[in-house]
Amino acid sequence: MTEPNSATPAPPAFAVRAAKRAAWAVVGEKILEALVYLCGFSAIVFVLGIFLFVFKEAFPILANDNFSLTQFLFSPEWYPTSEVNKRYGVFAMIAGTCSVTVLAMVIAVPFGLGAAIYISEFCGHKTREILKIVIEFLAAVPSVVWGFIGLTVMSRLIVQYTGAPVGVNMLNGGIILALMCVPIIVSISEDALKAVPDSYREAAIALGVTRWQLVWRVLLPAAKNGLLAAVLLGVGRGVGETMAVLMATGHAVHIPNSVFDSVRTLTANIASELGEAPAGSDHYRVLFLIGVLLFTLTFAVNLIADTIVRGIRRK
Amino acid sequence: MNDATGHSITARDVNLWYGKFQALCDVTLNIKHGFITSLIGPSGCGKTTLLRCFNRVNERYNYVTTKGEILVLGKNIYDPDVSLIELRKSVGMVFQRPNPLPVSVYENVVFGLRVHAGGDALRKPALDEAVEKALTEVNLWHDLKDRLDHKAITLQLEQQQKLCIARLLPLKPEIILMDEPCSALDVEGTAAIEELMFALKGRYTIVIVTHNMAQARRTSDECIFMLLGKVIEHRRTEELFLTPANLQTTEYIEGRYG
Repeated sequence: MTEPNSATPAPPAFAVRAAKRAAWAVVGEKILEALVYLCGFSAIVFVLGIFLFVFKEAFPILANDNFSLTQFLFSPEWYPTSEVNKRYGVFAMIAGTCSVTVLAMVIAVPFGLGAAIYISEFCGHKTREILKIVIEFLAAVPSVVWGFIGLTVMSRLIVQYTGAPVGVNMLNGGIILALMCVPIIVSISEDALKAVPDSYREAAIALGVTRWQLVWRVLLPAAKNGLLAAVLLGVGRGVGETMAVLMATGHAVHIPNSVFDSVRTLTANIASELGEAPAGSDHYRVLFLIGVLLFTLTFAVNLIADTIVRGIRRK
Repeated sequence: MNDATGHSITARDVNLWYGKFQALCDVTLNIKHGFITSLIGPSGCGKTTLLRCFNRVNERYNYVTTKGEILVLGKNIYDPDVSLIELRKSVGMVFQRPNPLPVSVYENVVFGLRVHAGGDALRKPALDEAVEKALTEVNLWHDLKDRLDHKAITLQLEQQQKLCIARLLPLKPEIILMDEPCSALDVEGTAAIEELMFALKGRYTIVIVTHNMAQARRTSDECIFMLLGKVIEHRRTEELFLTPANLQTTEYIEGRYG
């Protein structure tokens, strides 16, 4: 010891004990630490890995002279198996995805917001608990089951009540997709409404507002970011959904003129054709390119939604 | 405007339960028109509960049961034909923590009008005038007249609390209930709010709940001491503090408990 003061206390006891720890304990801890670290970063690894894989499979087509990206994005002509003139235009499917998603949102947003408002502001405690469980149950229905309902029940109803020639069309897909998006929209909107400070409610109630005025003038404006995020997450789900829309939309490559036209979505196209496209062929690569397109779309939507949600939490 | 007796609020045998817990027992009192009346007592004595009865804001929670009569300006507010909206228009409330709505200063002040008024009162000039008048009345006009479009939640707490008082005024309330309005404020903020109370007194009946005995003594004309849901003593403030009639009051104002 170099200190001149001889009264310096002895080094604390824990330092001594730490040195005596068994070697296996030290190694074990290091391994555990590394494992946890790995788990934490695995999400990033997976996302990057998937993106790289999909992009790697798609990339050669971009370098191919017979392929034009403009045609890919803006031509509605999709003839991947034509003997003489193969054409890979996905515009009709982009239109299909967008139209089905928009229709689904037109149905799901008012419905979902209404349900969230009812659950968070109007109903009693018991009803609330029951409704929340049922809505979670709705979210747990597998998408192929939804597709099945679209194909059989909904399609028959649509033919019966609208006189449309085919029941599997944009309307059918939109309704099925709406039902699938509602649970997400309800649960996130309800969280957003619940996050509105009670002091706002109290202030407004003490000023003599009715329940509806409270909802319109205070709660919806105060929760608007959260509600927007809920809608965007619904959109993300809508764009990405495959099996149900594959079964319910009719799967015709066609830019829709009305809600009774059959459409094909980007996702459904990949699901139905990838199995038949020879690995490494142009067709196969174009399908992967559609994957890249979808990935980019859903990534953008989710990113925006996430940024908004984060914004709310920070407040 | 007051009834023949000069009382703004009259409570008769008010009993209130939160579930099975009785928070108010046989409360009977008269609150004089145009006065500042303070409600004091230790935590849990029911003073805030009683205050929240006067505009029935307690009923937000459905486990509350109230019995008895409360007459506001001569009308029993628990009569079935009473409109809660009209009641809350004429009985305004200021809360413990300033709670301006998450909109601009301007919109906070006109919120009441937007909710209650119609037609000409909602034209821009009428709203502008209401805002200037209300903010002038709470001494905020000078500070905020160039910041009317700022978010109200960005103001200083003192300004927020004044704004919360200002937003009641366009509805022309008769009574203003204040639930510990200064507990979130510093000394200067407290002084400013008290000054404002003096300025508003006379035109409005003010009922204030406070934990701060010195504040009750400084600000109020009459003082009500409550304990365990009962009104123990209700007298002129200086009398209550100088010559309390009840032993429990004496002990409380001497700081032996509470």
